[in-house]
Amino acid sequence: MRVPLSWLGELVDVAGRDATEIAARLNVTGTELDRLLHHGILTPETVVVGRVLATEPHPDADRLKVCRVATGGDEPVQIVCGAPNVAAGQVVPVAQIGTVMPDGTKIKRAKLRGQVSEGMICSARELGIGDAHDGILALDEQLPGAREIPPGTPLSDVLPHADDVLELEITPNRPDCLGLYGIAREVSAATGAALRPAPWTRAGGLDEEAGDPDPAGDAIDGFSVEVRTPRCPRFTARLFDGVTVGPSPLWLQARLAAAGQRPINNVVDVTNYVMLVTGQPLHAFDADRIAGGLLVVREATDGEQLRTLDDQERTVQAGELVIADDEGITSLAAVMGGARSEVHEGTTRVLLEVANWDGPTIHRTAQRLGLFSEAASRNAKGLAPEQAAWAQALATRLIHEVTGGRKVGGTIDVGGWRERPAQQPIALREARVTRLLGTAVSRRRQAELLASLGFMVADTSPETAEGEGEQLVLVPSERRDDITREIDLIEEIARIGVVADLAPTLPVRRRLTAATLTPAQRARRRAEDVLVGRGLQEVAGWSFTDAGAAERLGLSADDPRAAAVRLDNPLSEDHAVLRPTILISLLDIARRNRARGVDDVRIFETGTVFRDAPDPRRPDMPFEHLAIAALVQDDLFAAKGLLESLLGALGIDGWSVEATDQVAFLHPGRAARVLVTPAGGARRNGDGPDGPLQVGLLGEVHPRVAERWDLPQVAVFMIDLDQLLPLVPADVDFRDVGQFPDARFDLAVIVDDEVTAASVVEAARGAGGPLLEQVGVFDAYRGTGIPEGQVSLALHVRLRAADRTLDDEEISGVRERIVAALAERVGGTLRG
Amino acid sequence: MIDRIAQLRAAGEADVAAATTTDELEELRVRLLGRKAELPNMLRGVSELPPEQRGPVGKAANQARQALQQTLEARIAELAAGELDARLVADRVDVTLPGRREPVGGLHLITRVRREIEDVFLGLGFDVLEGPETETVHYNFDALNHAPNHPARDRSDTFYLAPSANLPAVERAGDPRAEDGGSGRLLRTHTSPMQIRTMEREDPPIAVIVPGRVYRPDSDATHTPQFHQVEGLWVDVDITLADLKGVLLSFARSIFGDEREVRLRPHFFPFTEPSVEVDVSCFACKGTGIREDLAGHPRCGLCKGTGWIEILGSGLVDPNVLRSVGEARGDDAYSPEAVQGFAFGMGIERIAMLRYGVPDLRLLYENDVRVLEQWA
Ligand SMILES: [Zn+2]
Repeated sequence: MRVPLSWLGELVDVAGRDATEIAARLNVTGTELDRLLHHGILTPETVVVGRVLATEPHPDADRLKVCRVATGGDEPVQIVCGAPNVAAGQVVPVAQIGTVMPDGTKIKRAKLRGQVSEGMICSARELGIGDAHDGILALDEQLPGAREIPPGTPLSDVLPHADDVLELEITPNRPDCLGLYGIAREVSAATGAALRPAPWTRAGGLDEEAGDPDPAGDAIDGFSVEVRTPRCPRFTARLFDGVTVGPSPLWLQARLAAAGQRPINNVVDVTNYVMLVTGQPLHAFDADRIAGGLLVVREATDGEQLRTLDDQERTVQAGELVIADDEGITSLAAVMGGARSEVHEGTTRVLLEVANWDGPTIHRTAQRLGLFSEAASRNAKGLAPEQAAWAQALATRLIHEVTGGRKVGGTIDVGGWRERPAQQPIALREARVTRLLGTAVSRRRQAELLASLGFMVADTSPETAEGEGEQLVLVPSERRDDITREIDLIEEIARIGVVADLAPTLPVRRRLTAATLTPAQRARRRAEDVLVGRGLQEVAGWSFTDAGAAERLGLSADDPRAAAVRLDNPLSEDHAVLRPTILISLLDIARRNRARGVDDVRIFETGTVFRDAPDPRRPDMPFEHLAIAALVQDDLFAAKGLLESLLGALGIDGWSVEATDQVAFLHPGRAARVLVTPAGGARRNGDGPDGPLQVGLLGEVHPRVAERWDLPQVAVFMIDLDQLLPLVPADVDFRDVGQFPDARFDLAVIVDDEVTAASVVEAARGAGGPLLEQVGVFDAYRGTGIPEGQVSLALHVRLRAADRTLDDEEISGVRERIVAALAERVGGTLRG
Repeated sequence: MIDRIAQLRAAGEADVAAATTTDELEELRVRLLGRKAELPNMLRGVSELPPEQRGPVGKAANQARQALQQTLEARIAELAAGELDARLVADRVDVTLPGRREPVGGLHLITRVRREIEDVFLGLGFDVLEGPETETVHYNFDALNHAPNHPARDRSDTFYLAPSANLPAVERAGDPRAEDGGSGRLLRTHTSPMQIRTMEREDPPIAVIVPGRVYRPDSDATHTPQFHQVEGLWVDVDITLADLKGVLLSFARSIFGDEREVRLRPHFFPFTEPSVEVDVSCFACKGTGIREDLAGHPRCGLCKGTGWIEILGSGLVDPNVLRSVGEARGDDAYSPEAVQGFAFGMGIERIAMLRYGVPDLRLLYENDVRVLEQWA
């Protein structure tokens, strides 16, 4: 909302306060300043009224004229002017030497093709008034009495053209502040400046004829209005005859321009001016283009059409609000008028509609059509029905002054708003204010603050002791939707009189247990830190991806991972669905970094992934879970080493991997499912078997998939943290590592290729008995000395007893049992 | 015999003294004391001597052997020390050459700042919770007291999920709305739905923060379509607006420095009343609006000369929100007459931009590791 300071000054006495000071007070009372700007010429004092005494063609330039202009000095000045319409006898605005134009350029003494020029004769646009720039602004034609103004008079004295403008952010609960008078009230409450009477009241200068209810009655000859929907609580109309459509007077154009509105013609300009003051949109019909003289306000049926003011053919939907006459829809109610009944150059009779609408309905229509005009966005907020009468009253005066039109007949005023129950006062408990705000505010002060905002406050029992009183508060009509409860009143008190100086405190009641991260939250941090410690950089990918990502991963359409959650209104096709796996983000990020010259990508991410299937925890929502995934430019064993570190650091003991060739985006010979057997007999959901849970995948990215991302061999793992973190043991009990030395030996065993290292270890572990502390594979060898189709696995075995040093006999006994088990269970023979 | 022993000993000692390297000494050890050397052989042959000679010869030979041995060891030690010194000199390296590189990982700046914020609020007594990123219109807007025409619901401000054949219809009150694409589901636009979920699940008093990823359809230097927020909620019988200011003052000083002040500015949010935006005094210009520390004392660019930087939105929990929670719970635990409290929400990226001078939010999602490594 743009608020020109001079205009504001007509509504509230801000004399002696500059724009910065007013903005600062508004800022701390709830009306945020977007920016403070200056409209028009930056040095208005250097622009004066001049009179063109003579013009001569420039000797060396066809399009230029050399003018002698009286500007109040002893001698006229010479100004070279390129405007086609400049002529002797004109009264014109002259920007003298030293003037700083709106774009920052400074007017200097200059020579134009050899002729001295001492200033500039300005067009309307150069002054910041409207769009006209086809010639200089001839004040004698557009400013009444201009010929009597002595040359040298500051232009601002006769035509305010430059102004400081507050651009304010109006929160959606304050449609009253979409009118300047609403802002004026805020300024008054925030600064103590005196609010002037509203310009639509008699105190504000209107005569009785313009008032509400209309002394001339509620009928207009030849016109009637029917409201056939509850979504139009009030519809008022007045008829004006003798209207002459033309440009608005300069003062009106200048005001609209400073407020950011383009002047159009005097009728439209009046409706905009009144809307800016009252916040209430108005619409002017050419009364002679309303077919049949009857306007019907109704809800549309699907497919009806009209051509709107902006010359677009539009189709309305059922339930949207329209105004129709005998020839069909003639206005898209509250959003945009129709082209058919638009006010045009030849219009002489104007029917002025000012109506109140159901905000949400208008909001929906405006949103569907993408039509948030000044009028539509105000109507969409939901205004007070009383505002309609204010706008009619002020417009009636201005139409007369500006277009010559006279009101004919009474005021049509229909709609059901008057049947609403009368507003009840709101009770405000004195102590409640203190209790919520945490600082004492006496009820006298409460009443003062509310009164400054236009509330009527009555202390029903003034004798009651301080702190125990209660007051009754009546809300001004334009605030009625926003202020309905005691807490709303408390907010008003807080923002005007408490918040700025509130002393900070800390809550008195504190609980006795300290706040801590949950075990799962600690485990997540640990997992991230482990990967960072291994030299991986954490990244943050987009939750969005494109619909083709699953296909690029090689997933068939019926793969559950391909069922992506789609957005209804994505920003772009590249961000049309939610990522079903973090792998997509990691591949994207790896590609981008390689393209930028990073040659060893080691990255991981913790984040949410989504699937278009019911989430067991919230069956009406898509499945989502937290995952951690890593990508390294290396082979499977590099990724597995990282995973071992991660799971080891989290204290996950019972985990294993199982080869799989069923994951489309992983190398079929170098991929595995990651399984965890819950420790301590933990059961899922209380009834499942203790079987291992699949918590993720590990493997090299399928070369065909990697190629699509321009990547070499990369290996990844991805783990479902929602599954894994609950399995992380909260506490690890002390285990004695023993005082006696261990015994170690190595075994090389030859097995068939199909036999996995895991099964060899398992067989050895099973045979090792209680003395076995650790067994693992440390090498796998194929080649010379090993038969085709077989592999030699080197096992390292460590034995220990807690209470003694093992003797040779015990050691060889275990060794023999292991060798026997390897032969029996995995067909292993000792090598060499 | 005895003489021969003395001779061997003298010759051996002379050889040892003449040796100049430990290698020579090792050779001498073999020659003088090895298996084929004369002196040890004499010792071994003692038993074959006449009995009266055995004693003196054996003793002399043994003394000579021990003496030679000692001389040899002493000389070896002497030479070895010198040789080590010489080798160390030869082994000298250029220590300014680079070390063998180990990859250094790092947390993403967003994670780093999220943890900092979490740790501050843990210290202030808040537990940490997480919540789902897909939400219903009910939890994201309705239960948070958003009017039906509140602009945050617009399709230009909220990502809605397309209707899905795989999911049941979402139950909701009131008219189906044009904006939500008919699904009633969306990507949460803020972490505030967790206020409702937490109060529905847990009895008062509660003090929680909720960090997490949120979504809005914006994209420019200070907005990305996904970003991160931290929600805060403290509800008890007596939590006031002044308490809100105190808690956020503690937070601001922990994150931005001990000299910071905070300022509350009234604002409007549907789910708090009164609502305030919270500014922290500018740490670049110490709240003066002018950079006294820079040449020419220019206007401070960080706070645009105002001395204050907006960091979050907050307020007292609106009674309608508490009432909506009460309806879902079916009890009076959260009756607005019984409990009160405050809520706030801040942007992690915004704090990161302020703290670390990140000029463009989009950089955080480009994931150029050379950029990210700055904060490793
Ligand atoms: Zn600053």
